[in-house]
Amino acid sequence: MSVKRKLNTQYPILNTNKMSTGNMNLTLKVWRQKNNKTKGQLVDYKVADISPDMSFLEMFDVLNENLINKGEEPIVFDHDCREGICGMCSMFINGRPHGPKEGITTCQLHMRSFKDGDTIVVEPWRAKAFPVIKDLTVDRSAFDRVIAAGGFISVNTGNAQDANNLPIPKAQADAAFEAAACIGCGACVATCKNASAMLFVSAKISQLALLPQGQPERYKRVQGMVAQMDAEGFGNCTNTGACEAECPKGISLENIARMNRDFYAAKFISEEEG
Amino acid sequence: MSALNSNIPEGELTSKWTKYKSSVALVNPSNKRSLEVIVVGSGLAGASAAATLAEMGYKVKCFCFQDSPRRAHSIAAQGGINAAKNYQNDGDSTYRLFYDTIKGGDYRAREANVHRLAEVSANIIDQCVAQGVPLAREYGGLLDNRSFGGTQVQRTFYAAGQTGQQLLLGAYSALERQIGMGKVEMFTRHEMLEVVKIDGKARGIIARNLITGELERHFGHAVVLGTGGYGNVFFLSTNAMGSNVTAAWKANKQGAFFANPCYTQIHPTCIPVSGDHQSKLTLMSESLRNDGRIWVPKKKDDTRKASEIPEDERDYYLERRYPAFGNLVPRDVASRAAKERCDAGYGVGASKLAVYLDFKANTERYGRIEAAKAGNHNPDQETCMRLGTEVIKEKYGNLFDMYKQITGEDPYETPMRIYPAVHYTMGGLWVDYNLMTTVPGLYCTGEANFSDHGANRLGASALMQGLADGYFVLPYTIGAYLSKEISVKAIPTDHPAFVEAEQSVRDTLNKLINIKGTKSVDHFHKKLGLIMWEKCGMARNATGLKSAIAEIQQLKKDFWADVRVPGDVNEYNPELEKAGRVADFIELGELMCIDALNRNESCGGHFREEYQTEDGEALRDDENYAYVAAWENKGDGTFELHKEELKFENIKIAQRSYK
Repeated sequence: MSVKRKLNTQYPILNTNKMSTGNMNLTLKVWRQKNNKTKGQLVDYKVADISPDMSFLEMFDVLNENLINKGEEPIVFDHDCREGICGMCSMFINGRPHGPKEGITTCQLHMRSFKDGDTIVVEPWRAKAFPVIKDLTVDRSAFDRVIAAGGFISVNTGNAQDANNLPIPKAQADAAFEAAACIGCGACVATCKNASAMLFVSAKISQLALLPQGQPERYKRVQGMVAQMDAEGFGNCTNTGACEAECPKGISLENIARMNRDFYAAKFISEEEG
Repeated sequence: MSALNSNIPEGELTSKWTKYKSSVALVNPSNKRSLEVIVVGSGLAGASAAATLAEMGYKVKCFCFQDSPRRAHSIAAQGGINAAKNYQNDGDSTYRLFYDTIKGGDYRAREANVHRLAEVSANIIDQCVAQGVPLAREYGGLLDNRSFGGTQVQRTFYAAGQTGQQLLLGAYSALERQIGMGKVEMFTRHEMLEVVKIDGKARGIIARNLITGELERHFGHAVVLGTGGYGNVFFLSTNAMGSNVTAAWKANKQGAFFANPCYTQIHPTCIPVSGDHQSKLTLMSESLRNDGRIWVPKKKDDTRKASEIPEDERDYYLERRYPAFGNLVPRDVASRAAKERCDAGYGVGASKLAVYLDFKANTERYGRIEAAKAGNHNPDQETCMRLGTEVIKEKYGNLFDMYKQITGEDPYETPMRIYPAVHYTMGGLWVDYNLMTTVPGLYCTGEANFSDHGANRLGASALMQGLADGYFVLPYTIGAYLSKEISVKAIPTDHPAFVEAEQSVRDTLNKLINIKGTKSVDHFHKKLGLIMWEKCGMARNATGLKSAIAEIQQLKKDFWADVRVPGDVNEYNPELEKAGRVADFIELGELMCIDALNRNESCGGHFREEYQTEDGEALRDDENYAYVAAWENKGDGTFELHKEELKFENIKIAQRSYK
């Protein structure tokens, strides 16, 4: 092998033989709304030469670049990590949160899931508790307030016991992890006809209820979080199951059952104590 | 050039931190209530610091640009978090974690900081488990560990491929608890655009409400920046789209030195670029190298499918070159080796800029173990693959799904194609042992500071450092400063320093929006990324760096003459946010090149082609460059170098070898 190599630096953008061939032409109907004081409407846009390898958000990047070049205002949408974990992206595509494919967020949706010539309707999450800020961006701070109302274990930093002093059966730990996989995107609320946040709220309640660390505050937690959920204006659950079907992280309806059980148990316990 | 004082406590390495903690000045509870601390950033380093400071009794304001503190980019960390617990009984210890980190950083980190990091690592795991973070467990109910690069022990704790998410949600819930109790005031969708200094001390910030565009003045007795790394200077990186250097860069302009900006980490296992539409790159966790073997064909320009290339025609080049560590060499070494093979014509896939990461051998091995557990000691290959796939799925399921989603290929069937990508930045604001920058009262934690990883960070050490800084280090060290501030009353924000700082931010925003040029912000960002990747990326040389500096200076002129920022300053305007960030990236990019040009050696992630060993490894120059390069911003693109000499009193400095 030759030594003392001259490393030939190459920029990936310029050196892919498989450049985006870009042969898809699409019509987009996108929700435009200046701010939360004005009314919005669907506006038609055409995009051309889209590559099937692009993500849905990259297709929006192309559209926005075109709009900027034409002197128009680009479409505002939430996005950040673009790898399906931050929970920021939130487009309602053809009537479904995060689009037609299951188990993914909008940023992981690729244009190969669409056909050349398609018309795609893109709207923001719609729920009373998620007011529109601008275009496709909504305010989901209600979720933070629900967590602040009890979605934690009250343990200050420092002096925790050795982690392995508290063995937790693997099955239980795994179940807690599955509930904890929620990314707080709000797809469950967006898809629910009642704009209920029960899947989101119950996922956090379940995670902590399944673990021994969560027991001391178990019933106080469920009461606090449910009260805040109601105060935020989220609707009730009528067991349709759309939330579970649309959740990009596969959060199960079982969590809602567990939350309801704990909620009624909490009433009983507090009445008893009171 | 002046010498920098790192304020490392006297005494034996192993007792410095203990002694420091028991002698550092304290602030009594009633005084804490009137001391205000601003924390910018809500990732692992910011959220943990904000929550802990509030628990201790300080009045805290926390800021993030995302719509919720839970979305900070720490959330995307996949593989794990290191801690010297020795739960696996494989000989791990505080000293070994310390040693591995110093060596992994190619002997360019401060011994005392790294030892402290190793000491508190175990507390982090305890704290997170107490918070209900569901880390992976074994059947006996105890915590599980896996291996990461650059070590020979198993000390990495994890939660499937979502470790960062689970740890961040732990810190986020601790933060929300304090918000609920009214002890932290949280400002989401706010971006810090200036540090306010009064009498030389950091006394607050100017933040922009991203929804309304309003500028706000916030006072603090101290300011903490936990604002993450600057990998997006390359345009394409594994960072989130919003990750930026702006807070740190504004601090640099206000007198906080920027250390080792040229130390960037190119991560070896990322999904290759598929086209020029690409907006970001996706990491495939280093943990995959536990069970994935990296190879390329032995034959140049081999166009056969992976499955058609027989075993003896495959070059497992990491195992060949580094038999002691094999596929688990540190990231910088693995990345350069991949690049070397691709540059030499052995790359795979359509772009030829990729290598294989192949799970077949270990899938089969796991399958054999599972079959044996079920009493089948002579399983056929199909059974092995079927049972082994289940094991692989449990360990890495979400990563395999993500790969399939992005590439359209099924990694259970065919090897992954991977290529290096910008992932992490070791450089950052210079801080002393207290995590204070060169501006009194201005602190910096997590990836935003330069402190613990030297010239190369080991896998699973970023989460460790972020949480160490935020939970266990800063809350103590900040007391040393705040104990002297107890008689300082909150300064009203109509103080001239606040008025001037706000005006200067307003002027900059107006200037950006009024250029009304012809090219979008992304146009300039991509150009910058191209220059940086070509000339200050995985390999650098003096000629390239000199031309990069000239090109960036020109780009800066073009940007300020021709950028087009649509919309208005007094509204929600993401293009304006991007414009401000890219303006700062351009200036930082120039400094990175200046730093890389100054460092006439190769170390860790900084590889200067002129300085390499006979077999192509990084060649350090300890006599002349065993120092931290801390850059003072003198304005108008000029920088003055200050050096902090690195003293190695406990570790023998040596040529790094993973053979």
